[in-house]
Amino acid sequence: MKHNIEYRSGDISRNLLHRIADVCKKEIRIMEVCGTHTVSLFRHGIRTVLPETVCLVSGPGCPVCVTAQGDIDACIALARIPNTIVATFGDLVRVPGTNSSLLKEKAGGSDVRLVYSTLDALDIARANPEKQVVFPGVGFETTAPTIAASILAAKDSGISNYSVYAVHKRVPPALDALMAFEGVRIDGFLLPGHVSAVIGTNAYASFFEKYNMPCVIAGFEPADILLGLLRLAEMIQSGMPALENAYTRVVALNGNPRAEAIMNRVFENGDAIWRGLGPILGSGLLIRREFADYDAAVRFGIRAFDSPSPGGCACGDILIGKLTPPECPLFKTICTPVDPVGPCMVSSEGSCAAYYQYGA
Amino acid sequence: MKKEVILLDHGSGGKLSNDLVSALMLPVFDNTILSRLGDSATLDVGGTRLAFSTDSYVVDPIFFPGGNIGDLAVNGTVNDIAMSGATPLYLSVGLIIEEGFSVSDLETIVQSMGRAARTAGVSIVTGDTKVVNRGAADKIFINTSGIGLIPEGIHIEGGNARPGDRIILSGTMGDHGITILNQREGLSFDAPVQSDSAPLNHMVARMLAASRNIHVLRDPTRGGVGTILNEVALQSNVGIRIVESGLPVNSSVAGLCELLGLDPLYVANEGKLIAVVASEDAERVLSVVREDPFGLDACIIGEVVSAHPGRVVLETIIGGERIIDMPTGEKLPRIC
Repeated sequence: MKHNIEYRSGDISRNLLHRIADVCKKEIRIMEVCGTHTVSLFRHGIRTVLPETVCLVSGPGCPVCVTAQGDIDACIALARIPNTIVATFGDLVRVPGTNSSLLKEKAGGSDVRLVYSTLDALDIARANPEKQVVFPGVGFETTAPTIAASILAAKDSGISNYSVYAVHKRVPPALDALMAFEGVRIDGFLLPGHVSAVIGTNAYASFFEKYNMPCVIAGFEPADILLGLLRLAEMIQSGMPALENAYTRVVALNGNPRAEAIMNRVFENGDAIWRGLGPILGSGLLIRREFADYDAAVRFGIRAFDSPSPGGCACGDILIGKLTPPECPLFKTICTPVDPVGPCMVSSEGSCAAYYQYGA
Repeated sequence: MKKEVILLDHGSGGKLSNDLVSALMLPVFDNTILSRLGDSATLDVGGTRLAFSTDSYVVDPIFFPGGNIGDLAVNGTVNDIAMSGATPLYLSVGLIIEEGFSVSDLETIVQSMGRAARTAGVSIVTGDTKVVNRGAADKIFINTSGIGLIPEGIHIEGGNARPGDRIILSGTMGDHGITILNQREGLSFDAPVQSDSAPLNHMVARMLAASRNIHVLRDPTRGGVGTILNEVALQSNVGIRIVESGLPVNSSVAGLCELLGLDPLYVANEGKLIAVVASEDAERVLSVVREDPFGLDACIIGEVVSAHPGRVVLETIIGGERIIDMPTGEKLPRIC
């Protein structure tokens, strides 16, 4: 635990808070793009100690939350195929599809198993050669390389009963799409740390040049986030925007070339449908034809369903920062973590879940 | 209760479990003893007050660093009884064993149940054994029930916390839950963690001898310290404030929690207690707890307040605040 003690120091954090208060004379709106930032802001009580002039809005950076309803329904359909094991990260199991969830399918007899690593999913495939093992590939550039690696490993070791239902998405095209929405007012972006560890600071260069908007990559400990917010506040107040990396201990200019190479070996850029943002050109990571044998959509002939988003659920507007979770009419009334309407209420990185759990 | 089938979440000890108990069980079993919903029932039998409790153990794996399903089953029921201030006396044991289970493993489990009973000073006086077909149970499940004698003048229950009281936690959080999780298939981090499974009845007896102002005793098992504090806040209709920098967590447990995205406040313990004590007696009770071999790391983690009744608020390391809510989903199935 020594690795993060300094970044949780009360003294350093209080010092940064004072400096933010000194700089922020007029109101500024900052979007924390990443769901892990949203959770960390609550977990460390950062919102409760920031000056009132700093307004934080949550962005589209929770991979489960931006997964289209039709893709959730497709994952549920995969779990219903006989002799099929769905091996998934825990985040996805409670996400409500149109009529069910993976958790309910499990209770109903489907074989749904929680794993902490794609390599565990491969182990399950190895141990159950008579069954099909499907991994729902939901995530951003952070997890895409590990899922690509599992496909490469399956190919190398001749595991033929493993496939991925790939709905991975890329963050930079979503930021670009976000700027086009009416009613979205943002003065600066707190950019994700983990995604940037893979794609690097340079991946945002064209976005920054296009909009000339303050952008700071930040880590997830209190001092990391406060440093990112301070730099954003300074840029906004001084009118001198820049693209900066405040997470240099993890993020390099060119990211992690090895992880990116693995990702690009298996995936290619393609269009994707985002919950809340709709279709975004080039924002998806699709399995290359060369690896079609490991593409669950091809293997089982199951594509995204044509499912409407649940009625009344404001997940869409919340994901682009137009509304905050408490402004959704369903928040805490019909939609709760026990009985969620939208994924933002159930994912551990979801902004509705964070607002609900931490009582905002 | 519109759900059609039982989900794992219904056994989590969280919101769905509470729904199941209050919507399905309470109206049917309807009586004033049950409706108090303590860790154990308090019975008045011919002028003698008894504590009566039961618990079933389905932990997976059945052997883990720091204990096994056998001593866990004894300590768990001993502790549930002790949390009412009672002296645990007699236990029953029900075994449900899967066909094909190793006799030598069973012997190890029974031996450790015997040792745990001797350490706690209780007698196992009745029992039952069932064997089911292979696949109809997973290896072995154990139920234990127990009764204990509540000394005169002792009235400890979850609804007794008062503003100004101090909250004592008898040691580090999350050791049991993280140990079990770490033992599970595919998650074998080489970390020095072990279950804290231990009987707390001797500690409780010393605490009660030291103070008559112990208002609440709870053992934060499934759901962890965060869940139990919420229950106390609700039952007593008080607010609770705790301070993050003072929460005791072993560094290995803290590290694994970081890796796995878990909050130690919600991870299970099997040898820890929370005591809500009048402020004037808090230091005295704390020093008694620290004298016990299972209370060496005890500390005061917070206090009861009149503000925000029913809510638990944590002061974070950077001086901010966050609400510690009741968890909703099953974090770790089959933890005990």
